[in-house]
Amino acid sequence: MTQINRITNGQTNPDQRLEFTFDGKTFYGQGGDTLASALLANGQRLMGRSFKYHRPRGPLTAGSEEPNALVELRTGGRQEPNTRATTAELYDGLTARSQNRLGSLKFDLLSINDRLSNFLTAGFYYKTFMWPAAFWEKLYEPIIRHAAGLGSLSKIDDPDLYDKGFLHCDQLIIGAGPAGLSAALVAGRSGAQVILADEDFRMGGRLNSETFAIGDQSGADWATATVAELATMPNVRLLPRTTVIGAFDHGIFSAVERVSDHLAVPATGKPRQILWRIYAKSSLLCAGATERPIGFENNDRPGIMLASAMRTYGNRFGVAADKRVAIFTNNDDGHRTAADLHAKGVKIAAVVDTRPDAPRSGDYEVLAGAQVIDTKGRLGLTFAEVREADGSARTLEVGALGMSGGWNPNVHMTCHQRGCPVWNDTIAAFAPGKNLPVGMAVAGAATGAFSTAAALSTGAKAAAAQLRHLGFQPKPPRQPKTEDTPTNVTPFWYVQGCNRAWLDQQNDVTVKDVKLAHQEGFRSVEHLKRYTTLGMATDQGKTSNMGGLAIMAELAGKSIPDVGTTIFRPPYTPTSMGVLAGRSVGRDFHPTRLTPTHKWAEEQDAVFVEVGNWLRAQWFPKSGETHWRESVDREVIATRNSVGVCDVTTLGKVDVQGADAADFLNKIYCNGFAKLAVGKVRYGLMLREDGIAMDDGTAARMAEDHFVVTTTTANALPVYRHMEFVRQCLYPDMDVQLISTTEAWAQYAVAGPNSRKLLEKIVDQDISNDAFPFMACADITVCGGLRARLFRISFSGELAYEIAVPTAYGDALIRRIMDAGAEFDVTPYGTEALGVMRIEKGHAAGNELNGTTTAQNLGMGRMVSKKKDSIGSTLSEREGLNRPNDLRQIGIKPVNPADPVPAGGHLMNATGPVDAAHDQGYVTSAAYSPSLGHMIALGFLKDGANQIGKRMRLVSPLTGVETEIEIASAHFIDPEGNRLRA
Amino acid sequence: MRYSGFKVIKEALTGHKGWKPAWRDPVPQAHYDIIIIGGGGHGLATAYYLAKEFGGKKIAVLEKGWIGGGNVGRNTTIVRSNYLLDGNEPFYEMSLKLWEGLEQDFNYNAMVSQRGILNLIHSDAQRDAFTRRGNAMILNGADAEMLTTGQILDRYPFLNVDNARFPIKGGLAQHRGGTVRHDAVAWGYARGADIRGVDIIQNCEVTGFRIENGKAIGVETSRGYIGANKIGCAVAGSSSRLMSKVDMQLPMESHVLQAFVSEGLKPVIPGVITFGAGHFYCSQSDKGGLVFGGDLDGYNSYAQRGNMPVVEDVCESGMALMPMLGRARLLRMWGGVMDMSMDGSPIIDKTHIDGLYFNGGWCYGGFKATPASGYCFAHLLARDMPHPNATAFRFDRFSRGLMIDEKGMGNQPNLH
Amino acid sequence: MIINHPLLGPRDASEFTYLGDAKLIDRPDWQSDTAAQDFYEYGYLRTNPAGEHRELWFHEAGDRSWLVVTRNTLTHEISAVEMARDVARAQGRSK
Repeated sequence: MTQINRITNGQTNPDQRLEFTFDGKTFYGQGGDTLASALLANGQRLMGRSFKYHRPRGPLTAGSEEPNALVELRTGGRQEPNTRATTAELYDGLTARSQNRLGSLKFDLLSINDRLSNFLTAGFYYKTFMWPAAFWEKLYEPIIRHAAGLGSLSKIDDPDLYDKGFLHCDQLIIGAGPAGLSAALVAGRSGAQVILADEDFRMGGRLNSETFAIGDQSGADWATATVAELATMPNVRLLPRTTVIGAFDHGIFSAVERVSDHLAVPATGKPRQILWRIYAKSSLLCAGATERPIGFENNDRPGIMLASAMRTYGNRFGVAADKRVAIFTNNDDGHRTAADLHAKGVKIAAVVDTRPDAPRSGDYEVLAGAQVIDTKGRLGLTFAEVREADGSARTLEVGALGMSGGWNPNVHMTCHQRGCPVWNDTIAAFAPGKNLPVGMAVAGAATGAFSTAAALSTGAKAAAAQLRHLGFQPKPPRQPKTEDTPTNVTPFWYVQGCNRAWLDQQNDVTVKDVKLAHQEGFRSVEHLKRYTTLGMATDQGKTSNMGGLAIMAELAGKSIPDVGTTIFRPPYTPTSMGVLAGRSVGRDFHPTRLTPTHKWAEEQDAVFVEVGNWLRAQWFPKSGETHWRESVDREVIATRNSVGVCDVTTLGKVDVQGADAADFLNKIYCNGFAKLAVGKVRYGLMLREDGIAMDDGTAARMAEDHFVVTTTTANALPVYRHMEFVRQCLYPDMDVQLISTTEAWAQYAVAGPNSRKLLEKIVDQDISNDAFPFMACADITVCGGLRARLFRISFSGELAYEIAVPTAYGDALIRRIMDAGAEFDVTPYGTEALGVMRIEKGHAAGNELNGTTTAQNLGMGRMVSKKKDSIGSTLSEREGLNRPNDLRQIGIKPVNPADPVPAGGHLMNATGPVDAAHDQGYVTSAAYSPSLGHMIALGFLKDGANQIGKRMRLVSPLTGVETEIEIASAHFIDPEGNRLRA
Repeated sequence: MRYSGFKVIKEALTGHKGWKPAWRDPVPQAHYDIIIIGGGGHGLATAYYLAKEFGGKKIAVLEKGWIGGGNVGRNTTIVRSNYLLDGNEPFYEMSLKLWEGLEQDFNYNAMVSQRGILNLIHSDAQRDAFTRRGNAMILNGADAEMLTTGQILDRYPFLNVDNARFPIKGGLAQHRGGTVRHDAVAWGYARGADIRGVDIIQNCEVTGFRIENGKAIGVETSRGYIGANKIGCAVAGSSSRLMSKVDMQLPMESHVLQAFVSEGLKPVIPGVITFGAGHFYCSQSDKGGLVFGGDLDGYNSYAQRGNMPVVEDVCESGMALMPMLGRARLLRMWGGVMDMSMDGSPIIDKTHIDGLYFNGGWCYGGFKATPASGYCFAHLLARDMPHPNATAFRFDRFSRGLMIDEKGMGNQPNLH
Repeated sequence: MIINHPLLGPRDASEFTYLGDAKLIDRPDWQSDTAAQDFYEYGYLRTNPAGEHRELWFHEAGDRSWLVVTRNTLTHEISAVEMARDVARAQGRSK
């Protein structure tokens, strides 16, 4: 197809011919086109279907406020629904499809909804589809869901990269139209750090769409020259294709730069888009204004568009919306479109101006005091019906109709922090209010000053004022002579008596719907929006809200400002979720922390498991082992029979030093630490201030004024934070310093009857039972002089040690331990075997320390010292935490050794009902004990301490388990603790 | 006026002239038996059940702005009863059962859609915890099912399994959970209450309480003094502000929670899905928008708006779970004020002032609770006794050590 | 948001972890006759103002200082940032 509506002298490049397809059909456009301008050039007005009635639609606008011309762009994983054809930059090979249709775009079967529109009024669905009840989910809802929605996701992973970046500036200028460019010149020349961002790929804003001059240049040429000058300034950063999406607290803005959306695919290694977080000392909003449509019957046909958009297509893209056009306006600006197009040889059928005193603007007919009352044309406009001032009817044969209902300043960003716009009678629109985000000023059309001269001067003045405030000395420029027409608008929102006059074109909200909402009492502006869906489409009401407000005001007998606006929320235009996520996706979603033995463990074919952000070895399969249990059982047995080694580096470590270190530990642990001897380790239980157990671990007294505290892996960070809170906020004069050393030390548990023999081969000092008994600790050296720490503590219940060396030696140490332990068949064990052994020993871990359990629940009630003040001690005495039949940690074993005892099961009496009212407790941790030959578990049971030996039922209806069990001591192995003291 | 398909057709054929306002716009009377402060979901539901189930007469709901403008007007529409603790589970299961019959009960299509909710599991410890919870649900008469990764992928084939930082190891499903059209809940209750004689008074802000001899006898409002035998407060995020007028400090903080909706899309996400390794939950509305949310911003706020770090965190989680979302666009983000209590569970109780009753502390779980909250608050107001399913939601549980802490986070509201 | 750290200058709020009301500095005396009530009020009751709020933030991804930030909960405007340790000392806390 040829570009039948391409007229010459646009700003596109005719030498750059671009091939693209729409709904499978091939077209050609030019460099500098948008998809919409290229389609219009080819005479393709029909681009989409509306949301509810599936009405045929063409572009209403030429910008990001577009409600109608939404397409699915690209294919495969890059398929992108709801892309505005009006902003999609044309590139060679672009593929687009129309969306939200059943059948073809021309013959959409769901356009039946339009025939039924009288039944499908605002909110009709709240009043029906209720009987029979089951039909909603089975029948009605699926039909509605499939008819609703717009474009579709591919369900394929997005293949593109997204980046995030941080920028700082003295002044952020939002919008590079005449006001923004004028401001940027002043700011740039003053030496300030300036960022100028504009959503368009060509800076200049309306200057690119208008024909008037600035000085002796065309507006577009002035914009080009200005951008060129700004580009030479090292202190100015130009961000075209960049939408500032929101104004956040303290001068922080978010902006999305579309780096590669104008290319078929991003260049290798380049992102599709970048999310900039901009820290701006001041911001200047030069976001311009948006023209508004007029309500009349069937004002939504393809070919009917904003007059300013028609002018943009004509002047910027060299595209006539049609060969014969008419204009419907209530203000002088509408006449500009007629004049510009007329000058390009487009036939102007008439300018229909609602004002009786309409000016004569060119060599074409102006119908003063007239209104367009209806239109015809199934898939595109063919006729416009006009009622003239004297009431006579007239039919205009046109393929395009420009609407101009006045302009709304783009106040959105001024309201992102809940500021409210104020009504301005001169322009009959809302303008920025007083309550702007801190540091923001507004200039140009965004303030309601619509002339080019006003844009240039207010932009320069506002920039200069902000810069002076920041200590710069900007020089006011001499403004070139340019267009300075006063705004002349007589409010006219809709043609009286019309019904199906579209306000929100995408969501199909008409004047009739607003009237119905009013009739049914949905009169608050928020009720109106929610009941009718006015303004909730992907354009967020940029072209529709004002019309709705005006009609509601009229019906309610109020003024428009008394009706008020809905809340302006970010983002300014819809923003891809990909760019908001950036690089934190896939395996990089969170950082991966590796332990010092990771490389070595990989060499042993370890299976790894995520523990928070850590990767830990879960077990170490040996050849021939086909099931994880084989590996884990072997590791447990080898450890209990000889010696095993496990990387426990991930446990949190906090170094506590200072004269008051012991007093400090007395505050953070519920049990006492003052009397702990140097060279000794003590188990410590830490409570939250509410008296619930927070964490447990050990504190080793390395010197009088030096403790090493360990925490669980999961709580390393919160416990450290808590300790700093206690130190800085509660006891600021304690002589104590804290530092987290979790990453500084590689720490390994060496456990089992042969652990001492193994370590004696490595440790330089005497570690015999006498010299280094159970719960001893010391600074030592290993391997002939490497400094290290040794703790004789045991999680497994065996004779065991934890040995720590600076992290850099961690890999060397594990290899040395394995070498030295070869004669004992030293066995590396992972987190599974660790878990089995601690359950066998009855040690609480994360599943038991679940944030709801008390010291008493854990069987450690007596540890809470009453002789001293510690965090949580007072509130731990509340009655609810000290009831006689409270839950108590117990052990569980199956009566039949072959039966499972799953974690998460609940405990019920041996007989009687199985329900919540008879719940006696629950199972927290479970494992197969190779030592005992059956499953064992830990759990909490009401009055558990007095129930040892009792037969009960363990039920897990979720997983279909009911097992007869016996309550046991939690210490399944070596309850006397002989092994660990050996 | 009863709503029905027949009525819709009849009106369509007769020019829609017969539709009446969904609720009246009455002038406040001088005195009511019971005043409910707060025309949100909970307040309207309370009034509805008072009138319908407890024979209440002369009831008013006072709303400072427009009804349904708080959290019921701005949430992620999820209903479920997948709670763990005894104090909570029966209450939320009661709520889910009320949802199941709600539309027929109040003659308004709130689009209760039991499309199921799925909590994904990414670690063994999480599996243990969800197993315990699923069992608690079943033992309380609710439904729960543990799904394998394969079963999950059958329904959600686009989830990230090949390149996941935290692999999906299964999920706990509640098939009766789902979504409800949130605005319609407020409107349905309002209409149902109005039909039964409740005065719903909008643009009526309570500015103070009148207390005589230790008893509340009325409220000062922007529309004048209104007397009452009993006053119930159900103002969610504004609770601390309101109760400070009687010098009460509450066990709660007000926090901002943001939520998000994408552009409309053809059906892609069948149910409600919750990521277990990050802050992200998502469903798709009947209109086609993906409705999703994540964590609190984390600081006290009444500003009704949030900041970008949480937006980015939520989208990171969304993309980590569903990499197709990169091509979907976020359309709108909003922030609401959450009445975050000290243990993450609500309060439905009398206050120390005779005749003054309180309902609040819903954290960000208030929407799903709406029917049961209204029912139980109505029960308390009408009978001066807590409903059997809401006996634990007392003020004094903190001083007595009887917290209902589902997440085990202790007395720090922003962690619940 | 941006928090102007007394030692480090302006830092993005995402480097910090929030705790809550700065009254948490005023931990009651465990030996007081009213300790049970005092600790309940300390632990659970909050003024939760709509307006100026003194609150505790921890510079977790920074220098690990606890700060007392005075911030308006309606506008998020920050009017003062102090070292929590100085505040605690000024309120009479010591060892």
